[in-house]
Amino acid sequence: MFAEYTTSELLSIFAMQGVAGLILFSVFVLMALGLAIIFGQMGVINMAHGEFMILGAYVTYLTSELFSAYLPDYFSSYFILAMILAFIAAGLLGALVEWLMLRHLYQRPLDTLLATWGLSLILQQAYRTIFGAREVGVTLPDWLMGSYPLTDTIELPINGLFVMCLALGISLTVGILMYRSRWGTQVRAVVQNRPMAGAVGINTARVDRLTFALGCGIAGVAGSAFTMIGSTGPTSGQLYIVDTFLVVVFGGAASLLGTIASAFTISQAQSTMEFFLSGSMSKVLTLLFVVFILMLRPQGLFSLKVRR
Amino acid sequence: MTTTVRHTHQPKRWAKSLLGLAASLAFSATLQAEVNTTGLAVTDTTVKVGILHSVTGTMAISETGSVQAEMLAIEQINAMGGVLGRQIEYIQEDGASDWPTFAEKSKKLLVNDKVAAVFGCWTSASRKAVLPIFEQYNGMLYYPTFYEGLEQSPNVIYTGQEATQQIIAGIDWVVKNKGAKSFYLLGSDYIWPRTSNKIARKHIEKLGLSVVGEEYYPLGHTQFNSVINKIKLKKPDVIYAIVVGGSNVAFYKQLKAAGIDMTKEKPLVLTISVTEDEVLGIGGENMVGAYAAMKYFQSLPNDNNKAFVEAFKARWGKDTVIGDVTQAAYLGPWLWKAAVEKAGSFDIDKVRAASPGIELTTAPEGYVKIHPNHHLWSKTRIGHARADGQYDVVFETEQLIEPNPFPEGYQ
Amino acid sequence: MTIKPASLLPGGNLMGYALLALLLLLVLPLALDLFRLNLIGKYLTYAFVAVGLVLCWGYGGILSLGQGVFFGLGGYAMAMFLKLEASDPESTKIQSTPGIPDFMDWNQLTELPWFWQPFHSFSFTLLAIVLVPAIIAMVIGLAMFTRRVGGVYFAIITQALAAILTILIIGQQGYTGGVNGMTDLRTLMGFDIRTDGAKYLFYYLCVLLLFGCLGLAHYISKSKLGRLLVAMRDKEDRVRFSGYDVAAFKIFVFCMAGVFSAIGGAMFTLQVGFMSPTLVGIVPSIEMVIFCAVGGRLSLIGAVYGALLVNFAKTSFSESFPELWLFAMGGLFIAVVMAFPNGLAGLYNSYVAPHLARLIARWLPATTEPAAVPAIEAKQPQGAQP
Repeated sequence: MFAEYTTSELLSIFAMQGVAGLILFSVFVLMALGLAIIFGQMGVINMAHGEFMILGAYVTYLTSELFSAYLPDYFSSYFILAMILAFIAAGLLGALVEWLMLRHLYQRPLDTLLATWGLSLILQQAYRTIFGAREVGVTLPDWLMGSYPLTDTIELPINGLFVMCLALGISLTVGILMYRSRWGTQVRAVVQNRPMAGAVGINTARVDRLTFALGCGIAGVAGSAFTMIGSTGPTSGQLYIVDTFLVVVFGGAASLLGTIASAFTISQAQSTMEFFLSGSMSKVLTLLFVVFILMLRPQGLFSLKVRR
Repeated sequence: MTTTVRHTHQPKRWAKSLLGLAASLAFSATLQAEVNTTGLAVTDTTVKVGILHSVTGTMAISETGSVQAEMLAIEQINAMGGVLGRQIEYIQEDGASDWPTFAEKSKKLLVNDKVAAVFGCWTSASRKAVLPIFEQYNGMLYYPTFYEGLEQSPNVIYTGQEATQQIIAGIDWVVKNKGAKSFYLLGSDYIWPRTSNKIARKHIEKLGLSVVGEEYYPLGHTQFNSVINKIKLKKPDVIYAIVVGGSNVAFYKQLKAAGIDMTKEKPLVLTISVTEDEVLGIGGENMVGAYAAMKYFQSLPNDNNKAFVEAFKARWGKDTVIGDVTQAAYLGPWLWKAAVEKAGSFDIDKVRAASPGIELTTAPEGYVKIHPNHHLWSKTRIGHARADGQYDVVFETEQLIEPNPFPEGYQ
Repeated sequence: MTIKPASLLPGGNLMGYALLALLLLLVLPLALDLFRLNLIGKYLTYAFVAVGLVLCWGYGGILSLGQGVFFGLGGYAMAMFLKLEASDPESTKIQSTPGIPDFMDWNQLTELPWFWQPFHSFSFTLLAIVLVPAIIAMVIGLAMFTRRVGGVYFAIITQALAAILTILIIGQQGYTGGVNGMTDLRTLMGFDIRTDGAKYLFYYLCVLLLFGCLGLAHYISKSKLGRLLVAMRDKEDRVRFSGYDVAAFKIFVFCMAGVFSAIGGAMFTLQVGFMSPTLVGIVPSIEMVIFCAVGGRLSLIGAVYGALLVNFAKTSFSESFPELWLFAMGGLFIAVVMAFPNGLAGLYNSYVAPHLARLIARWLPATTEPAAVPAIEAKQPQGAQP
């Protein structure tokens, strides 16, 4: 199938395809990181993860509307503020949900799954009531759209680059928080042995709430970033559920590195197959591939060895 | 029907009763027994119809406009004195974007409520689900969406275009006016895009031109970077896109981000699935420069349409937009009214017999006429997307195009 | 003569089944018109899934979020048979290839694919409805349970399977009817399934099959196997160390749940007249779990009431307040999980049954036994008590 192209064309195509894979990888990392923190550290399955992302997207939408109405001069920089607001909004809602609902369910992981699914339905309908059933169009500042020509044939989409940088930044921040901060030490202590952690004076309830809020906040930022590449509507969050869960489960629940590795594997598999096969088939094959590997290695790619 | 369709959604009470009185005098001869021999929900002053769309679920996004248009048409008809002197009362049911629910609700409308007509359905799947029920209980469905064709039921009037009407004119136009030689076909993975692309491919190959790629993605897919790379590799003259729903937004945003500027028309983007409704979600600035082939655009410059757009905005808010399907949904109640009055009866069989040949000179899209195969004769237009989310109509077929739901050789 | 008051109560099993039978076989058919009764019949097909889930989730602790897969397999198998019968050469003569289903003709298929051929036979179809889901459940079970995949992982993987099957069905529309599903089904061996008589017949058939499944499930839950399942759910390791093959039990119960769902799916096709991929995917699969949870995850009878009530609420809510429906459904999920994890059955057992028991005891002074609170069918799931 490549016979009719010159070598340089082929090279640039492979380069661009590599970039596409990297973008998909970053998208997966952003989607999954929040969930991985919550699932890995707390054992909670948050089925409303997609809805937290869409909350971030709606916050971005509102910010852009506010800026274009009142501060049109600063419109080009609204996006940064929108992401911060999205983080705060989703994080606060997360903390509230944890306080009202999840803290009563920590002993029953399967039940958190059902309860958060119920939450996702309520959030969807709330978005629909507030913002209408139609998708909203988020206007992006010009500097985020378009592409950066690297050579004559290779062009880098700027929003893709932005998503990559964001994914890198957030992963690093989370990594540092988790492994270099006092809070991270507490979280890991609680994961490994909750009663002991409580006994040495860690406020486990507070750690849980912060962890959940952080996970939701990251989802909010991800949703905010995804206004650049996807749609913002009441049910858009559902589009991400399956992919997100598979990335986290495939990576091995308790390991952030595993999540990143699995996001990389799945995204590369999918984008490579998409290039050679049709879209639908490559999706099915990717999912089957992941399920197959999970059957061989049920604990995911990386698993944390802890005594439970 | 008269040619002055004004915005009259809230007529003064006295005017309404006066109209009603006049109408009932005019039709006092047509007693209930004569206009309704099959036990439909028709009284001397009222007639019940059904509106069946998704108000909840993923399809609510698309179907809202159709509901609004149908309600507007019914209110306008009522303000003019109703149908055969009877005010139309509608029963609205929610299909909830779920095909079994559509089947369930349509049965309720026909069996329990005994409605005289149903305006509704949007996706092909929902229509396929209710079709056996309409045929079994002999109901009448006015279906607004452009669709893949390959169907012709005595119990359905298709007020949108079937695929050949929409596609062939569009392709002919880009070939003739833009010198297009090669096409890349892209769609969401279900029957309408697949059948439409089949028709498109046949036609393109008949013209001696080439299809350099054909690709389908699952509904709701949001990552199009790989296919955009493939498109860049194949360098087609035209990207022929039938992507629907949330995928649309992702596709056009990523297309723009990947450096394909649609205003440069290299390649040119031609779609049959993005109406003004969808542009709202995509954002006009991401869609600018694309071409769309369909029978109606909100910007159509004729008097019927100006009155319609004005009435629609007065009724549903000035920020609403009107797409192709919304307009087609608006035709439903008017076509039904015309057929009932021609038949002098609400009986489904008589309405069906009266339907072929019904003309509407007041349609916002211009003149339409019901073909014996229950589809509409209509023109196809090409719209050029502007940054404000509207289309400029750059071309219109001279003649009405005959609907041909079972195209020879395209199957 | 002594009568145990508890066995007379709806919570006592015999009485409970009798009341349910009375309701489904007599009261509802007499009280409702055919349209509503047909709806009840449709809800009951979901009850098959819910009963299966009581076995595998309530008793076995295996939460499957992919029961739609089995529901779909059963439904599609039945739909394939009916579609072939509806596509005889006479009624499809306008097609370019008469005698094959209409959607194949639209997709340029010129002959029936090989895997459709056996569905000309009704007995094969019936076998397929039971065996195909059983085999697939067994393969999944073998792969997962022998490697000790359980809990949340299993839930997510079954959810992915539901997604895979939906994408496959939609993508392979030439073979499956795609997103439209298989519609316009007409006759079953020459017998018109759209007539009023047929609707009654299928309703009663559905109720009878449901009772068959209930009986089987009841037998399993009371047998040694049922006790082992509960033991496994609560302390899997201890059961394993006692020398039992835990995986085999789990596979068996997962297969049973799959087969029940498939029977429900087949009855769905017969009663509703079509099958579509919207019944296979993630959302319906999770909804089916909530039917079971509302009824009480440990109560087989509760599962039937749960399926009936939730769907009835869905229909009536969406008729009058479509916007409120999702709020109500979401609230229901949360309430069931947080406030009454044992669902309707739990509420009944803790609030209604004691009063009833006292009443009956008063009416039957001859009994010397104290009015006992009927035992909940099995121990509550681990940690269900806050």
